[in-house]
Amino acid sequence: MALERTRHVAERTLLTMDEAGLSDFYRLMLLIRQFEERVAEMYSRGKITGFCHLYAGEEAVAVGAIRALYDKDYVISTYREHGHCLAKGVSPRTVMAELFGKATGVSGGRGGSMHLFDAGLRFMGGYAIVGGGLPLAVGLGLSIVYKEEPEVVCCFFGDGALPQGAFHESLNLASLWKLPVVFICENNFYGMGTMVQHAICREELYKFAESYKMPGVRVDGMDVLEVHGAALEAVARAREGDGPSLIEAVTYRYRGHSMSDPAEYRPRREERIWLERDPIKSLRRRMLNEKRGDENRLLELEKEVAAVIDDAVAFAEQSPEPPLSELTKHVYVD
Amino acid sequence: MKATYLQAINLALHEEMRRDPNVFVMGEDVAVLGGAFKVTEGLLEAFGEDRVIDTPIAESLIVGAAVGAAVLGMRPVVEMQFGDFISCAFDQIVNMAATLCYRHGGHASCPLVIRAPSGAGVHGALFHSQNPEAWFTRVPGLKVVAPATAYDAKGLLKSAIRDGNPVVYFEHKRFYRSVSEDLPEGDFTVPIGVARRRREGGDLSIITYGGTLHQALDAALIAEQQDGLSVEVIDLRTLLPLDREAILAAARATGKVLVVHEDRLTGGIGGEVAALIAEHAFDYLDAPVRRVAALDTHNAFSPPLEEHILPGTDKIVQAIRSLAAC
Repeated sequence: MALERTRHVAERTLLTMDEAGLSDFYRLMLLIRQFEERVAEMYSRGKITGFCHLYAGEEAVAVGAIRALYDKDYVISTYREHGHCLAKGVSPRTVMAELFGKATGVSGGRGGSMHLFDAGLRFMGGYAIVGGGLPLAVGLGLSIVYKEEPEVVCCFFGDGALPQGAFHESLNLASLWKLPVVFICENNFYGMGTMVQHAICREELYKFAESYKMPGVRVDGMDVLEVHGAALEAVARAREGDGPSLIEAVTYRYRGHSMSDPAEYRPRREERIWLERDPIKSLRRRMLNEKRGDENRLLELEKEVAAVIDDAVAFAEQSPEPPLSELTKHVYVD
Repeated sequence: MKATYLQAINLALHEEMRRDPNVFVMGEDVAVLGGAFKVTEGLLEAFGEDRVIDTPIAESLIVGAAVGAAVLGMRPVVEMQFGDFISCAFDQIVNMAATLCYRHGGHASCPLVIRAPSGAGVHGALFHSQNPEAWFTRVPGLKVVAPATAYDAKGLLKSAIRDGNPVVYFEHKRFYRSVSEDLPEGDFTVPIGVARRRREGGDLSIITYGGTLHQALDAALIAEQQDGLSVEVIDLRTLLPLDREAILAAARATGKVLVVHEDRLTGGIGGEVAALIAEHAFDYLDAPVRRVAALDTHNAFSPPLEEHILPGTDKIVQAIRSLAAC
């Protein structure tokens, strides 16, 4: 599935990374996975309501790509953005509190699961309109170029966004103006319940890049190192002023489109095949097999992550509801 | 200095771009061509291609990119070549721009101006004549203005550019060269959210804005000269937020209100104005609130058909007489 070239990129990435770097990837992916599992649990217990789209299964994409950025670079995402938000450094406490709708959430309980945002950490938001964030990524890039700043924008979207006009409008202009944007398509094969081949005229989504005169590459989105290697190249290109790239990360969401979707349109056998390719277990196995990690240290990390998630849930549960007196605050800038 | 409505907008853009390096102009043919109506003429020469930017024909992208730039502190002024095309950018305006500050709990803002040349009476037919303001006046987070004079065109655009919120600025294309006045030298602004009494009168009040202001003033003069009626004319100027106090004060003062707009009748601003008066000034009314607006149909090309669809001075005079007789 993955191209030969990107396999080499993954191998090279592995060689250039030290044990601390690999452990960091492992910890961050695990944090996202455990966060999402706890969200599912809290959802089924009625603590979290509304529309909630989990990222479990796709962790390697967010972590591999966002770890290719500097802190000052920007990330913009979709409604399946808990993972990107956490990978960008937003505290699990304030993300969980936002999902609970609490006053201490990243947006004071106004946005909920699909609209996380943290300007300080340069997480520029989840957008609950498919493809809606892509034009904004162009605007972020335009602002960076205008102010002659060195930052890069990493823009995530799903395969479902490709048929939207906004995808094509945005890639065209980002390429024409050589904007520092890395477009990352998380191809999980289903736009809600519709298979990608029933929605898009070609299966190799990265080839849309040819039309917009930018490099396009398909990577194994279940392999964090492969994603990371491709992202490093695309980010370097963007930062050097050579313009945008399109990365198609082939991945799989372990759950349905949202918490209310049992994903009955997917063959169980297909799900099993992807579960066996789990990005977190794969990295763990690889680290131990290649003697690039210590089992005790990994067990310690796993305990640490579990404690962070417990703390986030406790924080969210104990936080106050937003006061009714502030209902219309922030409709306009003061 | 005498300036047309178009020159007033152009002046406001020049002055605001000189004042703040974060202000930039973006849209279809706004740079090299100076805009389809020449509203942005001279900006490219004055401020260069980094700040006066021609875009592809992609309204959703133009507004979306402006939102992205605004979040990072830029102050984009984008042009919808014709206000009718704003429908292509609807999602980016009502979902992205309007909700941004609220959605992020006040941690971000979207200082953005969307200029939309709108209005009928130029035989532009269905897609070059619309008055789409009422699509936006029920969207919290947006501000909507519709200047009808050169002074307001300049002052409201400056206020819109300096505002921290997304502002949709409807400029009437029929006024570009037909409306002018002496403008004071130097910097002045017109506050958003404040209506203005254009004419004093004690018998009844016309509440209007944008495309029908000058017709309403003409009609008020005719009613005075031919019928001896004293007609007040209130220019709303801002449609979101409405100046409720000015509306209610007019209703309380004269007891007879005629609402006039060039937008279609059903679902137009007039309905909201009438409802406000019914809720808060009913006891002062001597007659039901009346409305004169475009017919509830598409804007036809044929000049006689278009004239029939639009409000126009004659229809306003008739409505004044009918209301005064109540």
